[in-house]
Amino acid sequence: MIIHSIFFYIFSIIAVFCAIMVTVSKNTVHSVFFLILDFITISCLFIMIGAEFIGMIMLIVYVGAVAVLFLFVVMMLNVSQQKNEWFTGEKNSHHIPVGLLIGTVIFFELIIVAGGWKYKPELLKNFSSIGIDLNTTNTHEIGKILYTDYIHLFQLSGMILLVAMIGAIVLTFRKREGIRRQSYFKQISRERKDAVELIDVENNKGVDINV
Amino acid sequence: MFEIGLGHYLMLGTIIFAIGIIGIFLNRKNIIVILMSIELILLAVNINLVSFSIYLNDLTGQIFALFILTVAAAEAAIGLAIIVIHYRNSGTIRVHEINKLKG
Repeated sequence: MIIHSIFFYIFSIIAVFCAIMVTVSKNTVHSVFFLILDFITISCLFIMIGAEFIGMIMLIVYVGAVAVLFLFVVMMLNVSQQKNEWFTGEKNSHHIPVGLLIGTVIFFELIIVAGGWKYKPELLKNFSSIGIDLNTTNTHEIGKILYTDYIHLFQLSGMILLVAMIGAIVLTFRKREGIRRQSYFKQISRERKDAVELIDVENNKGVDINV
Repeated sequence: MFEIGLGHYLMLGTIIFAIGIIGIFLNRKNIIVILMSIELILLAVNINLVSFSIYLNDLTGQIFALFILTVAAAEAAIGLAIIVIHYRNSGTIRVHEINKLKG
């Protein structure tokens, strides 16, 4: 149990430090790297408390796809060298103290709610509708209820991913000038009489090919 | 102190959530960092759901964390696509130069 708490404190300190560095670091590429480290740390925490499937999926989805997508966009747009202009932006901008105030208020409200939250011990015993069976693995348990009770939500999330994929392609697609493209419609609608011509060739005369 | 309970995980989620919100408000650099702050907020929500799921012995929280992961991936893809076409059209993604809507 002492090992558990030591690892929890190590991982949470790293996670909070990385979250702060994501917002304050001067270089956007460094922000993306700290975001990746934050995701890895949190997924280690998830694996530590017994949610292995979510932890591994977070590693694959966030670190493997989302963070690399961020990195790719940051490097493609060439914005990494823009200086951070935190408090020296526009002179008459009032949104920074208001933002700090709102962030602090939200933080303390959540601290009050999360710190003062109590549950009765007997609630913990018979709260569960779908208990976690310790004899099977976490992935097995999630699979058993994800594909039965939540199958419609699961398919709906697949639809969300499909719409996002098509949307991203449609948004970033553009036609360029001066590039020869394959035209499927012209290819398919081409017929024999447009392409082939039969000529009766007389003896010893030949045909002019360049017609 | 040394017995890690639900409250510790909730506190960690709270701190990361607040850092994400403050990051959205205080950012003056470019809009990609705002998207990264939104990812931090979704991460904090996931911490809450998974820790409740473990400590209340109910798998529904992990299922919902999975769905939040899906939505976060879709949101990142669409947001980055919008950022790319905005950069292509106006040549900048600095936050205080995005004022075409005059908001």
